Amino acid sequence: MKFFRLVWSNLLRKKTRTTLTIGSFAVALFLFGLLVTIQTAFNQGVEVAGVDRLVVRNKISLIMPLPLSYQQQMLQIPGVKAVTFATWFGGYYQDPKNFFPQFAIQKETWLKMYPEFQVPKDQWSAFLADREACIVGQKTAQKYGIKVGDRIPIVASIWGGVWEFNVRGIYTGVRTEDDTTQLWFRWDYLDERRQWGKGTVGWYVVRVENPDDAMAVAKAIDGRFANSSWETKTDTERAFAAGFVKQMGNIKLLILVIGGVVFFTLLLVTGNTLAMSVRERTGELAVLKTLGFTDVAVLWLVLGESLLYSAQGGILGLAAVKLFTLHGDPTGGFLPLFYLPPSKMILGLLVALATGAAAGIIPAVLAMRLRIVDALRRV
Amino acid sequence: MVRVDGKGNGNALVQVRSLDKTYQRGSQEVHVLRGLNLDVEREEFVAFMGPSGSGKTTLLNLLGGLDLPSRGSITVDGDEITHLSGPKLAAWRARHVGFVFQMYNLLPVLTAFQNVELPLLLTRLGKAERRRHVEIALDLVGLSDRLDHYPRQLSGGQEQRVSIARAVVADPTFLLCDEPTGDLDRKSAGEVMALLERLSAEFGKTILMVTHDPRAAERAGTVLHLEKGELVEGQGTS
Ligand SMILES: Nc1ncnc2c1ncn2[C@@H]1O[C@H](COP(=O)(O)OP(=O)(O)OP(=O)(O)O)[C@@H](O)[C@H]1O
Ligand SMILES: [Mg+2]
Repeated sequence: MKFFRLVWSNLLRKKTRTTLTIGSFAVALFLFGLLVTIQTAFNQGVEVAGVDRLVVRNKISLIMPLPLSYQQQMLQIPGVKAVTFATWFGGYYQDPKNFFPQFAIQKETWLKMYPEFQVPKDQWSAFLADREACIVGQKTAQKYGIKVGDRIPIVASIWGGVWEFNVRGIYTGVRTEDDTTQLWFRWDYLDERRQWGKGTVGWYVVRVENPDDAMAVAKAIDGRFANSSWETKTDTERAFAAGFVKQMGNIKLLILVIGGVVFFTLLLVTGNTLAMSVRERTGELAVLKTLGFTDVAVLWLVLGESLLYSAQGGILGLAAVKLFTLHGDPTGGFLPLFYLPPSKMILGLLVALATGAAAGIIPAVLAMRLRIVDALRRV
Repeated sequence: MVRVDGKGNGNALVQVRSLDKTYQRGSQEVHVLRGLNLDVEREEFVAFMGPSGSGKTTLLNLLGGLDLPSRGSITVDGDEITHLSGPKLAAWRARHVGFVFQMYNLLPVLTAFQNVELPLLLTRLGKAERRRHVEIALDLVGLSDRLDHYPRQLSGGQEQRVSIARAVVADPTFLLCDEPTGDLDRKSAGEVMALLERLSAEFGKTILMVTHDPRAAERAGTVLHLEKGELVEGQGTS
């Protein structure tokens, strides 16, 4: 590490240039972190989806319902262990901007299907005992200051009117990635109060006995209802979530394109800066070689400089994104799981270092190849 | 004893035999050194003189392992350096050669202390030992009070003394100086020459110096002239 100061002192040579270079890295890595956070938010549903759960929806479209009678019929299909269902309510709380999903759920089966969601026992009993009850996810409860015992109005955009619910419980997620922005209320209450669509559900969720048989069971379910007036389309929950993300556009490609352009620009800017800085001190590099520094040592000095730029800028940029994401979802509900995982921060730092190395390699090789006598003659 | 006839007995510290150096300039070949011989024993102080373009710097670069000859051999302290490869030659320079240049060639981003410390970074010395060596070297050149000064905060004479400290700090086998007073006023030049003289007389350093300045050459034990690619003793033309 005794060579560190030698590398470091070169960064201090032109402070403005150094600041700008580190700044470019910081901005690029901030953007990288932000894009990754958004992509993670979109994909979170896919990643946390259960491997042993199937989602059964109307073949025509997600918004078309299915009859209630399918539950019993599906339970008779071999390989099916449990079935629950839900209906999308599509309302809002106080202001249309306040988006969080509300599901009317089957109270007997819902929680058993989703072991990743936790509700205190007494709260769940209170929920079962009150027709107008609801359970609110921790994140949404925190965001709007909703407490157990509150009576909250939800404006129903599909069925009309203002529906008031008694908050009987708050649910939490076992993992940080689990979505705790939802509101659940009782499907039986929905079905009793709504004017149309009675006796139908939005979609079914099926647990299979063995995840390996998931595709076979899905086929069997769709086969069972083929040629009926309500045909089904069954997917694994993971495929269902991924399909949902696909509808949002090809985010991954978008991120790759934007990220690629930014990093390529960064590569050129940094590479040019370093080439300039190497050219300016041809004589100094030759002196180091004269003193006995090997060609390879000189290569590392220049490369080390580039890596120092990128590491500092990278850390700065990623720290800024981390701070930014600590405030949670900036979109008011569309990206409920807005956070930057540590693994992605490490990835970001590696990307920064790789960019630094790529930008530094040509100037470093030029410095390595520099012949002492030619360089000294020019001094 | 310094000899230029190539008939040394093989005990000299530096032995140069039939040294040729040819540069290619376009389609033309420039023969700078032609069959040059030289024997320099330990603790000698030799000055090279000669007109501009006669090949003095070329010779010094070859002696210091900065460049390779077209033909001939250079042996220093038993090592034939004309056969060493890149990294080995770098290690050999670090161990055996101290360079002093006309333009001082200090690193502007490092302090006097850090500049002098540079050659020691390539040794196994620990931090404390390095510090001790650097302090001794800077004390020797009379700049103990300038450790933390940057080159731009020093006068030309002081810069050259720092560069001499850098040249001697790792205790090399010999010093190679290319016009060390070429860029200095008379007073500073006098100080630098007094320093080199002292290194030779008091510390027994072997010094090979190129100079245009007769006043500087006077201080050396032997003055050699480079003429038509060869070294000659005594009075030359310059
Ligand atoms: N890389 C090179 N390519 C072509 N010619 C060169 C090269 N290096 C030196 N020369 C030529 O070799 C000759 C000797 O140059 P050198 O620098 O050794 O002279 P010098 O005696 O040190 O001169 P000065 O007193 O001006 O420093 C000159 O004619 C020079 O032009
Ligand atoms: Mg010269």
